Amino acid sequence: MGEVIVVTSGKGGVGKTTTAANLGTALALNEHRVVLVDADIGLRNLDVVMGLENRIVYDLVDVTSGVCRLKQALIRDKRFNENLFLLPAAQTRDKTAVTPEQMKALDEELKLEFDYVIVDCPAGIEQGFRNAIAGADRAIVVTTPEVSAVRDADRIIGLLEASEMAEVQLLINRIRPNMVKRGDMMDIDDIIDILAVDLIGVVPEDDRIVIATNRGEPAVLDSTSRSGQAFRNVACRITGEQVPLMPLEIEEGFMARMKHLLGFGR
Amino acid sequence: MLDILGKVFGRDELPSKDIAKERLRLVLVHDRATVSPQFLELIKEEVIDVITEYMEIDSNGVEVSIHSLESSVALVASIPIKKMKRAIKAV
Repeated sequence: MGEVIVVTSGKGGVGKTTTAANLGTALALNEHRVVLVDADIGLRNLDVVMGLENRIVYDLVDVTSGVCRLKQALIRDKRFNENLFLLPAAQTRDKTAVTPEQMKALDEELKLEFDYVIVDCPAGIEQGFRNAIAGADRAIVVTTPEVSAVRDADRIIGLLEASEMAEVQLLINRIRPNMVKRGDMMDIDDIIDILAVDLIGVVPEDDRIVIATNRGEPAVLDSTSRSGQAFRNVACRITGEQVPLMPLEIEEGFMARMKHLLGFGR
Repeated sequence: MLDILGKVFGRDELPSKDIAKERLRLVLVHDRATVSPQFLELIKEEVIDVITEYMEIDSNGVEVSIHSLESSVALVASIPIKKMKRAIKAV
């Protein structure tokens, strides 16, 4: 029996879809059987981030409304043998096309087939959110170190606790070590102190995410990407492995070190 | 002291992350309290229980609310007293 993990945030644009794509891919790379479910009905995006947009025939609403069988709607990602599948969102419908009960039934069915069911939740706290969390065993709340994102994360954590979500963990995304060092960005401790929640990982801001998304290849496939490494670590923690947080300090370049030595630094 | 040190080293204001943290702290106190009216109702009932041990109050007139002030958030309770109990006066 697999585990259903919903990736959620409240605020839009903090990296839910990127997180879902990278965690799913990293878990598949570690030989787990994974299905990615795009629950953002009407604003489908997980397909393009994964580079699978040209292979969609049926979608989630086709499954819940009985137009097709579940197996027919699952897109197999050929890069990962039989390990990674995508269930795309419907693009021409809206969030009310699915009920929480239908999502729960869908999750139950997927759990029988897969080790991990990763659900990409829409932004907001309305029905799309309620659908996405309905059948989940665990929630990963994504935030960035900004006042607005942290505030929304707090609201989401409150709603998840009220709905009796068994496990709620925080992922801090797009942290910028240089700004933290200068005191211009909240650090990990500040955010954990405010939200009082378990941390599952910290992902640094990384230009390669933009490049990876341009290409439709998740950053975890790039062995030199720091965000990719951070997401791979989170994937290991999901399976219960103890992996320390990676250091956020960037290696200083030669010029920066010289400046520092000569007293011009900062 | 920190202020002076800050000025000496050319930093005349708090690091912006401290401002962010303080603002968040305040806004979340308010958010969390307003999220559930049941929460305030619960506090109200318990306050009434405690106060009635010491004085006779008009429990229908009790009001409990959260107020945001400039730099803090306060729990404000208005409790109309009907009568003081004699035992307390003796203390």
